[in-house]
Amino acid sequence: MLNHNLKLNSKIFNDDVVLKSTREGFGEGLLDAAIENENVVGLTADLLESVKMNYFANKFPSRFIDVGIAEQNLASVASGMAAMGKIPFIASYAIFSPGRNWEQIRTTICYNNQPVKIIGSHAGLSVGPDGGSHQMLEDIGLTRVIPNMVVISPCDALEARKATIALSKTNHPTYLRCARNETPIITTIESNFQIGKSEIFFKPDTGLAQVGIIATGPILYNALMAAKKLDEMGIKVKVMNLSTIKPLDREAIILLAKETKNIVTIEDHQVSCGMGSAVAECLSEFYPTKITFMGIKNMFGQSGTPSELMKYYKIDTESIIETIEILFK
Amino acid sequence: MENLSEEKIKELKIKSNNIRISIIDMLYIANSGHTAGPLGMADVFTFLYFEALRHKPENPNWVDRDRVVLSNGHICPVLYATMAHAGYFKIDELKTLRKFGSRLQGHPHREFLSILETSSGPLGEGISQAVGMAIAAKIEKGMDKTIYCMTGDGELDEGQNWEALMLASKMKLDNLIIIVDRNFIQIDGSTETVMPLSDLASKFKSFNCNTIEINGHDFNEINNAINSAKKVKEMPSVIISGNTPGKGVIAWEWDYKWHGKVPNRDEMSKAIRGLEEINEKLK
Repeated sequence: MLNHNLKLNSKIFNDDVVLKSTREGFGEGLLDAAIENENVVGLTADLLESVKMNYFANKFPSRFIDVGIAEQNLASVASGMAAMGKIPFIASYAIFSPGRNWEQIRTTICYNNQPVKIIGSHAGLSVGPDGGSHQMLEDIGLTRVIPNMVVISPCDALEARKATIALSKTNHPTYLRCARNETPIITTIESNFQIGKSEIFFKPDTGLAQVGIIATGPILYNALMAAKKLDEMGIKVKVMNLSTIKPLDREAIILLAKETKNIVTIEDHQVSCGMGSAVAECLSEFYPTKITFMGIKNMFGQSGTPSELMKYYKIDTESIIETIEILFK
Repeated sequence: MENLSEEKIKELKIKSNNIRISIIDMLYIANSGHTAGPLGMADVFTFLYFEALRHKPENPNWVDRDRVVLSNGHICPVLYATMAHAGYFKIDELKTLRKFGSRLQGHPHREFLSILETSSGPLGEGISQAVGMAIAAKIEKGMDKTIYCMTGDGELDEGQNWEALMLASKMKLDNLIIIVDRNFIQIDGSTETVMPLSDLASKFKSFNCNTIEINGHDFNEINNAINSAKKVKEMPSVIISGNTPGKGVIAWEWDYKWHGKVPNRDEMSKAIRGLEEINEKLK
């Protein structure tokens, strides 16, 4: 059952669940943050509306800069603005930022430890028809490996909005991973969000869980749908929303492993270097546990609808159910 | 155009030679690093820190200070030596260059030396950061600050510089002065062989930059260039400073091998003796 203490969306399992993209949530959060703090500035590289920075830019044109199609410059200009006391949000497609400009992010943002907030929109398979060239499946790895960096992958638009506001108040370089497509609203305005804190969104009605699913990003919805079905089938499941990938909520992950002795990670990202790898780094050191990694396995994406792609790359609800059924055969 | 007094020029020459002596000494002790570039830029740095900059070495975080971004981080011995001579820290600390635990990292790192405006090393990223600072300074509408960016000529091969210049022009950043160390050397040889920059001034002009070419060892020319750059409105300025790599040590001037090499004991003492003799004559 859903963890009611978290005030999650009670309609999550209904067919008419409300859909909204995490990039939209970022756009709303940036406007909120900018109203609250005049040091917030926004920069994009010719993708204003795509990355939903238009709400902010329309309200605060003098605090908005379009650098043109130049992501390397985007990152370093933001670093310079941060050095002068600004809190820059830079938004582009994840494939270009942090894809194209990784070394600028490493040297001019993280090595300088400047509070630049990097928004990678259109991450994962969610870009769909655009095809593999635009489906960023390596960004969690690229960002979490850099010292000083915080990495957040919100599960829905509301969490993206709260995360955006939260990170406007911190001094850390941060990567916020957003998706293009509309996905179910899982949380509510009342749900708590805290950088670095995971939550158990689904748990058995009674007794201990036999398997712990850890998900990050909107794909958490698939994990919740699978959990409901598995629960009905008599397999007791806990589902963790791990929206902050770095710093990792080690304590909660170890607790889940101790309870279930059986972890399944799921992400819209390459399995190597992703969220599952971060979980494995933690558990192999502190509480060695069997982990099943679900995600993209050393392949590029391709054109298709997000649901076709999730099915093909085996990160859809059915694939999660099958994978966990096999674990208990 | 106004010329500096002979007395002022003499004073600046002696200062820059003392900075050169510090550079040679610190590189000899460090036993690794770059020699030619720092010596070539010593006059420009001297003028900047002792004449042009609005700054308070005793209060390095003064919010209204001018900013200096060093893009070609490998010439940091000239930055460190000039800052030490200007009073930011003790000249003796220069001896720790490149040593474990030193604030003076092999390439500048502001997490070690917080009075730096930025870290650098990987090339082609300084102009972008200076552009960001200049934009932020314009947004604040406080006291006018000038943002200086020191860049090499070889690093202009990096495309990011030209992305940054386009934005500097678009944003009409008249508070930005870029000074190019035009010494025609890069690691693999002459800039004109490795990747010809050819008519560099016309490239900057076509990017809508107020472009000035000077002899970077003539204090009057440096002074006039900075003064005229400060007067220009609604466009960034680029000063192409023609510099002699290895300047001040005749045996090393224009010799490419001194780009990434440091002197041995004998070379060090000869070079320092030569500079001391020049200073004696100036006095």
